Amino acid sequence: MSGNDSVGGPALMSSEASTSMPRLATSIRELTKEYVLKSETVRALRGVSFDVPEGDYVAIMGPSGSGKSTLLNLLGCLDKPTGGSLYLGEDDIAEMTDDELAEIRSTRIGFVFQSYNLIQQLSVVENIQVPLYYQGRLGSGEKRRAMELAERVGLGDRLDHRPAQLSGGQQQRVAIARSLVNDPFFVLADEPTGNLDSVTTDEILAIFDELNDEGRTIILVTHEDDVADRAKRIVRLKDGMLHTDEQVSEERRVAARLAQREAVEELLARE
Amino acid sequence: MVWLRTWKLGIKSLALHPLRTALTMIGIMIGVTAVIVLTAISQGASDQVQRQIESLGSTTIIVRSQKPPEDKLAGMRATQYGLLRSDLERIIENVPTIETAIPIREIRRQFTYRDRSIDGRLVGCTPAYADVNSLEIRANGGRFIGDADDLKADTVCVVSAGVAEALFPYEEPLGKRINVPEHTDKYKIVGVLEHRNPSAAIGGSLDSQDFSADVYIPIRTLRKRVGDTIVTRRSGQFQMEIMELNQITLQATSPEKVRPTAALIKSLLAPNHSEMNDTAVVVPLELLEQARNMKLLFLGIAILIACISLLVGGIGIMNIMLASVTERTREIGIRRALGAKQGDIVKQFLVETIVLSFVGAFLGILLGLLSLPVYGGLIWVFEQTFPEQFSTLPQPIREATPSIVLWTIPLAVMIAVGVGLVSGLYPAVRAAKMNPIEALRHE
Ligand SMILES: Nc1ncnc2c1ncn2[C@@H]1O[C@H](COP(=O)(O)OP(=O)(O)OP(=O)(O)O)[C@@H](O)[C@H]1O
Ligand SMILES: [Mg+2]
Repeated sequence: MSGNDSVGGPALMSSEASTSMPRLATSIRELTKEYVLKSETVRALRGVSFDVPEGDYVAIMGPSGSGKSTLLNLLGCLDKPTGGSLYLGEDDIAEMTDDELAEIRSTRIGFVFQSYNLIQQLSVVENIQVPLYYQGRLGSGEKRRAMELAERVGLGDRLDHRPAQLSGGQQQRVAIARSLVNDPFFVLADEPTGNLDSVTTDEILAIFDELNDEGRTIILVTHEDDVADRAKRIVRLKDGMLHTDEQVSEERRVAARLAQREAVEELLARE
Repeated sequence: MVWLRTWKLGIKSLALHPLRTALTMIGIMIGVTAVIVLTAISQGASDQVQRQIESLGSTTIIVRSQKPPEDKLAGMRATQYGLLRSDLERIIENVPTIETAIPIREIRRQFTYRDRSIDGRLVGCTPAYADVNSLEIRANGGRFIGDADDLKADTVCVVSAGVAEALFPYEEPLGKRINVPEHTDKYKIVGVLEHRNPSAAIGGSLDSQDFSADVYIPIRTLRKRVGDTIVTRRSGQFQMEIMELNQITLQATSPEKVRPTAALIKSLLAPNHSEMNDTAVVVPLELLEQARNMKLLFLGIAILIACISLLVGGIGIMNIMLASVTERTREIGIRRALGAKQGDIVKQFLVETIVLSFVGAFLGILLGLLSLPVYGGLIWVFEQTFPEQFSTLPQPIREATPSIVLWTIPLAVMIAVGVGLVSGLYPAVRAAKMNPIEALRHE
């Protein structure tokens, strides 16, 4: 991770590092996942292969039940694949024990959920620090880092608030700050804007854009085209298999950003 | 550092449900209190018994007269029963393992001096009585009755502190003569005793003795002046009771000899008394052993009760932790997703049960220590409200002052925390074993 400047502050990868010879953030081959139920076996993924280079911004789309969340959970080391291989950098996830997976989650992965998933009894700063806590990192430097990240997502004045005292958008910002605190390999987001209105969606996506501009790899699941259009690449799943994998042209991305911004401004003007 | 956070977190989430936490702690608290209080009471009771019996001496054998069953007395003009002087002689002659033998005769009498009077016990005895009953002559208080007094059957007496105070509040009692109206006799005071606390009864076999209103005279004097027959008037009728001796207090030559000696004495008494069943041989040493057994029984009951309440406490903890695991499934999922290992989750829940049981145990100790004085008050209230039931309680319980058995405190804490750990372990492991994805989906 030569491109990573992880000491202090919410340091991010320099964008140059990924231009010349992009290394792979993750690489999956013939990945399958089956859920064995009492009556049947659900084949949620039936052999998916693709690579994600560092610095990529991938939107995973597809109909409900096509295996998007299953794939993201595997990428996030929350679950083990039934077959195939899944590499994070040089490490094969399929070989790992439960504890090793937990360690990878705390050191290399940032997760953002549709339903924010903040811990209710912890304050904003404490929530942001949780992944570090499970690395045994509890120093004042860590707290400072959490505070800076809170600042960065625009919650500098809400540090001691509880999740219940925040709006949905604010909670999702906390979740994003939390996903960045361990300076992860990549940020995984499962429908991060699914619960948010268009104004807030735009704000959250702007943060993702910014992160990606700084070189952070992002993989997000979404149902909305205008969300997906802001990514660099769209991967579509269908029935547990890769359907299409297209690059998004720069024009389309800019157009999507503009369209969203216009829609937001229109909305704000009407109120 | 990490542990500190884990502890803080545990306390925080317990504080989130103060009522629930408090209720859970109460189970543990009561268990610990029960251990401490019950062992303290049983220790108090057995201390009491032990003290009484030790004060009687480990070589003591007591032979006493006891009133025979009514039907044995039917048809007699005068009630005649109990130990005879010939019993004493036969014992002294035939039992070589006896060091001292003190014949005792006690009669309730009134003592007067001028216009003052006191009801008390006229005790005929021999000089060794003072030693055996731990009677002390008070400073410059003369002497106890001596062998010479007994031989000559002199009308001398030694008075207890209570009698001296009642009859001679302002005067020096030594040398004065007190009246026993029923005898028309006067007894010259040759000794005044120190206060002596009443001796407690032991089980059903030995009555308590109150030495506070005693007057001691040589037994020969009593025989000569009073005789064996005592006439009392009860509800208008005269009743005659004939008894030679109330009691013979014997000292065996060594503690090992006590049992065989007692057995020999029983066999010597049997021919004259077995039919009337009017004598009893009491061996304090045996009572001591009974007392030890009683202590063990008490301890067993105490531990049983404590175990039951700790078990209930443990079930409470398990119940609360299971509820907490269910309630916090989502949180567990989040923590797992963010990198918590299964061990971290186990730790987190165990910390909570340890806090629960430690704080419960600590409160239990406090409550236990506080409730000991309260116990005295409760006993008093019980005595006032239910005097009859109270008097049927074993005497060591009535009079015991609970004394804390120190080692029960760490023991109780250990048991409480052990119970907490055991009952917290299952919910904790269950929480940790949950699939993080499913836990995240939990509402
Ligand atoms: N824990 C599970 N046990 C059994 N079947 C499961 C489990 N998780 C997912 N599935 C099944 O696997 C398939 C893929 O589910 P997944 O959640 O990945 O879909 P998805 O693409 O995320 O859908 P959505 O857009 O509705 O979120 C579905 O048929 C689902 O029923
Ligand atoms: Mg999904």
